[in-house]
Amino acid sequence: MLAVGLTFLYAPILSMMVFSLNNSRLVTVWDAAHSPTLKWYGELLGNDEILDAAWLSIRIALIAASGAVVLGTLTGVALARFGPFRGRTLLVGMTMAPLVMPEVITGLALLLLFITLQQAIGWPRGTGMVTIILAHITFCTAYVAVVVQSRLVGFDESLEEAALDLGARPGTVFFRITLPLVLPALISGWLLSFTLSWDDLVITQFVAGPGSSTLPMVIFSKVRLGVSPDVNALATIMVLFVATGITLSALWLRYQNRRRERDMQLAAAANQ
Amino acid sequence: MAQNLNQRARRLVMGIPLVWLILLFLLPFLIVLKLSFSQEQLSIPPYAPFLQWVNGLPHPVLHINNYTFLFTDPLYISAYLYSVKVALVSTLLCLLLGYPMAYVIARAAGTARSVLLMLIILPFWTSFLLRVYAWIGLLKHNGVINNILMYLGVIHQPLTMLQTDFAVYVGIVYSYLPFMILPLYSNLEKHDVALLEAAADLGARPFTTFLRVTLPQSVPGIIAGSLLVFIPAVGEYVVPSLLGRTDQLMIGRVLSDEFFENRDWPLASAVAILMLLLLVVPIMLFQRSGGRQMESHR
Repeated sequence: MLAVGLTFLYAPILSMMVFSLNNSRLVTVWDAAHSPTLKWYGELLGNDEILDAAWLSIRIALIAASGAVVLGTLTGVALARFGPFRGRTLLVGMTMAPLVMPEVITGLALLLLFITLQQAIGWPRGTGMVTIILAHITFCTAYVAVVVQSRLVGFDESLEEAALDLGARPGTVFFRITLPLVLPALISGWLLSFTLSWDDLVITQFVAGPGSSTLPMVIFSKVRLGVSPDVNALATIMVLFVATGITLSALWLRYQNRRRERDMQLAAAANQ
Repeated sequence: MAQNLNQRARRLVMGIPLVWLILLFLLPFLIVLKLSFSQEQLSIPPYAPFLQWVNGLPHPVLHINNYTFLFTDPLYISAYLYSVKVALVSTLLCLLLGYPMAYVIARAAGTARSVLLMLIILPFWTSFLLRVYAWIGLLKHNGVINNILMYLGVIHQPLTMLQTDFAVYVGIVYSYLPFMILPLYSNLEKHDVALLEAAADLGARPFTTFLRVTLPQSVPGIIAGSLLVFIPAVGEYVVPSLLGRTDQLMIGRVLSDEFFENRDWPLASAVAILMLLLLVVPIMLFQRSGGRQMESHR
């Protein structure tokens, strides 16, 4: 059963990757005489429209992910550690809703907000990179908040209380105890936000301006008309990149765990 | 620790995200609501202003014709119903496929479990758009599946799989599967194996144990996963655009078309508000289940 599921998950991805090497413009009709070939990768690298869009998407994602991590951590800390407070239900609601809200609704709502703001106070001056970033931060914050909050809730507060008992000020406790503990959650929250922002289509379509096309927008306008081999090449590059990243991080985590175990063993031996 | 933070620090930590979300999440919905009562008009922006001045006093102008239009034009009613139907079926299929997978992963030992989890998560980190696109290559007339089936002689004419309900189900289940598996897995992995052993000791067969011990305990996971799939699926835009039918649109596509093609912003807003009303009960269910999760550990 699991095998069926995994096959289902990976068959489309593998098929895309295989056909990126196919010489035929029809993509799925294998041209045995001239394949495999790397020509679509070459075409991709010469395609300015795609490269510009990719660069824009990267910059947006970098800024949006960082903003989302800041806001999301504040939210996660408030929800996990502050107990009941006025506005908590509202904060919980506004943190959970973006996780499920259909993107067409959020996109429409945000664009109308920006237009209204523009009419009222003259900013933002037209839609573009700034509005995209603001929109992305808003919906990514929810994901980071959930990740941070669930990580914090897993650690009981005794470590922080011990530090306070030893005389540390709350700020010190936050920066030297809490933050290092939630660092894995912050990192995965940042990566998650980066991916969500980099990949977002619907919300971006609403809040992007005429001059700014992100990579998903370019890809979408291409694939609405059917398959396109350079998109296959792009997809393969992204999959390989992500797979490498995940494998490296998994290996790094294992290395960290082994080191920690070794340190604990040394400490235990030293206490004998 | 939180009690020792002075009032100002506390207020900043909870206040900054609260203000941001109110301004950029809550307020926009109120604007959409207001716009849904407006009229389309040839101007920039393309809608009539909310307040009109009569005798020096501002009057809110409310037109409900957008809503009456939505309720009477069969195109919109069928789009709403179709969207709900597609979302329900997709959620069910996702559950049927995802539950066994989550179960196997939860019962797996140490390294195998981490590897499996990684395998499930990996597709999620690659582009959603590209993964839906991949299915075009598989499902089209001269696509991979048809080519294989014809080569094997199973069929002699290519099957029409694109632009069908089937393609939309495949697309949605495929894209949302991790959202179903992860909450299920996180619920199932917390189950106490001792309960299963106790049931076996008392003479229960494995299937009975599953039905009477595991399944009831996994209900919160089922609810969370199902809502995580159903709610966004109702408003899906990408999957029906690339894979779906052209004769019957889903409501996400309708909203987008009203906004971008017809430039009828007030009507699009009304479509959005009705969609929200449709989904408000599931969304609140989701918020409650999530909120309960956040409280349960304290």
